[in-house]
Amino acid sequence: MPLELLESPDLDANKREGLWTLNFGPQHPATHTTLRLVLQLDGEIVVDAEPDIGFLHSGFEKLGEVLDFNQYVTIVDRMNYISPLANEIAWHHAVEKLLGIELTPRCIYIRTIFAELMRMHDHLLCLGACVLDLGGATAFMYALNARETIYEICERASGQRFHTSYTRVGGLLYDVTDDWVNMVRDFVRNFPKVYRDFSGLVMKNRIFVERTRDVGVLSREEAIAGGATGPIARASGVTRDLRRDEPYLAYDDFDFDVCASQGGDCYARFQVRMMEMLESVKIIQQAIDKLPKGPIFATDTGKTGMPDKTEVYRSIEGLIHHFESIMPNRQMQAPKESIYAATESPNGELGYYIVGDGSFRAYRARTRPPSLLHFALFPKLIRGCMLSDVVAVLGSINIIAAELDR
Amino acid sequence: MPNESTNSATGEIEAVQTRLAELLPWVALDWSQFRNQTRVICPAGDLLKCLIAFKAVGFDQLTDLTAVDLLEYGNVNDRFEVVYCLLNVDTGLRLIAKIYLNEPNLTIPSATSVWFGADWLEREVYDMYGILFTGHPNFKRLLLPQEFQSFPLRKDYPVKGRGERHNFPVITRAES
Repeated sequence: MPLELLESPDLDANKREGLWTLNFGPQHPATHTTLRLVLQLDGEIVVDAEPDIGFLHSGFEKLGEVLDFNQYVTIVDRMNYISPLANEIAWHHAVEKLLGIELTPRCIYIRTIFAELMRMHDHLLCLGACVLDLGGATAFMYALNARETIYEICERASGQRFHTSYTRVGGLLYDVTDDWVNMVRDFVRNFPKVYRDFSGLVMKNRIFVERTRDVGVLSREEAIAGGATGPIARASGVTRDLRRDEPYLAYDDFDFDVCASQGGDCYARFQVRMMEMLESVKIIQQAIDKLPKGPIFATDTGKTGMPDKTEVYRSIEGLIHHFESIMPNRQMQAPKESIYAATESPNGELGYYIVGDGSFRAYRARTRPPSLLHFALFPKLIRGCMLSDVVAVLGSINIIAAELDR
Repeated sequence: MPNESTNSATGEIEAVQTRLAELLPWVALDWSQFRNQTRVICPAGDLLKCLIAFKAVGFDQLTDLTAVDLLEYGNVNDRFEVVYCLLNVDTGLRLIAKIYLNEPNLTIPSATSVWFGADWLEREVYDMYGILFTGHPNFKRLLLPQEFQSFPLRKDYPVKGRGERHNFPVITRAES
């Protein structure tokens, strides 16, 4: 199998002589998960790179055709597992758009807060790991320490630290408590200090700046035609953010800026992610202050969404309602239509193309993973760079193999 | 506010429709709407011309490319649907273009010459559905092993597989 990967059409046959082939991954500390790159080296310069993916392919999209809209949420949060709730929100955003469900204000606000917490969660790991790969272990620890608090916030709301499976069609698994609100407030209040520590260690560090500036440059045109979205496109000057351009959840109510840069290099991507964390803090502060009271489930009809868990355990009506929404022959029916709906996930545009066939299951549940399109750009980014830049570029585009391979 | 934005979006779609009618006067495009999303069905024979025209009217990003196997969908005559999700990055206008394909002719032109981001997306569609794209620079399976025989997202492929895993070649340390 490795040999045929060397037959890259971009590589001129005359030039191939004297080149050295390096197999990078699938097991390598800097790939974080299982990615494989076949690099063509001329001395220390990377002439070409061919990614070989699929090591984590586990047939998620096939499972999406078997599990119903509520069950599949346990699979989607295993896609981008460093920001699981962002996937759940994106999945149910698409399902609710297909079913035409209007969420309650409280549910929208809680989801917005979680979406922004997940953005910080994802960015913290991405930035920390990128610095770690470039040799700075301290900043990574600061980042992971802050992430720990987010895990606790998730645990308090859903009972699970990691794979929360917290959203449901038309609502959430549990309502949040005042305790949770205070935890989020504390986290947001303490975050600027973490940010100062982290950016003080990294942003002006000469070693870091020299290893990331003008490395892996992506131009605006390449970003658009190549399908780059999210922080990677914004670092190349594409000022597009679905939160502002196609407002979903409660983003219309808040005042925040879209962060972008012109550089297009690893440093610019790093900067954009750093700035976005501060914008997330702004959004969470506004959302937690305005958090509305009321039900978390859209309950205009008996069949929309699942009932509150306390109701299920303490009242016969709640139990019947739960039963009605769980039994396959009594569930809601999706229209025989298809829909593409996307959210601005931490990594870029996370979209779902769902085809409904009149049941409560997706006939086709296509994920549009940002990692897939970003990793496809990798050979373009790395050509002409040094071997040691591979980890810098990989770290800056934040490839999550579980989402990439699904 | 919401009314204004929908009105302007409708206006933009109408402008796109008029320009496409000028660019491709001989192609019959079938337009429809669902929850404020515009879909268009293109004839499979004119796919590449349609895609080039879509890019010419401003859809400069191919957001997603995927396929659906309609085998068990009911009330449809076609087997496969190939879906192109397009986006105009400056105006934020989206368009979903679809074509229908039937066996045995599952070959369509590649969109890589229009948007190079189609590269891996097309390889994935081939990997999962067996739809062939001509003119692709590096056409082979993306996720599954190259020697894999089936196309697993087709509806006639069982969820538990056909036992391919039992035959996976085991490479010993000496051979690797």
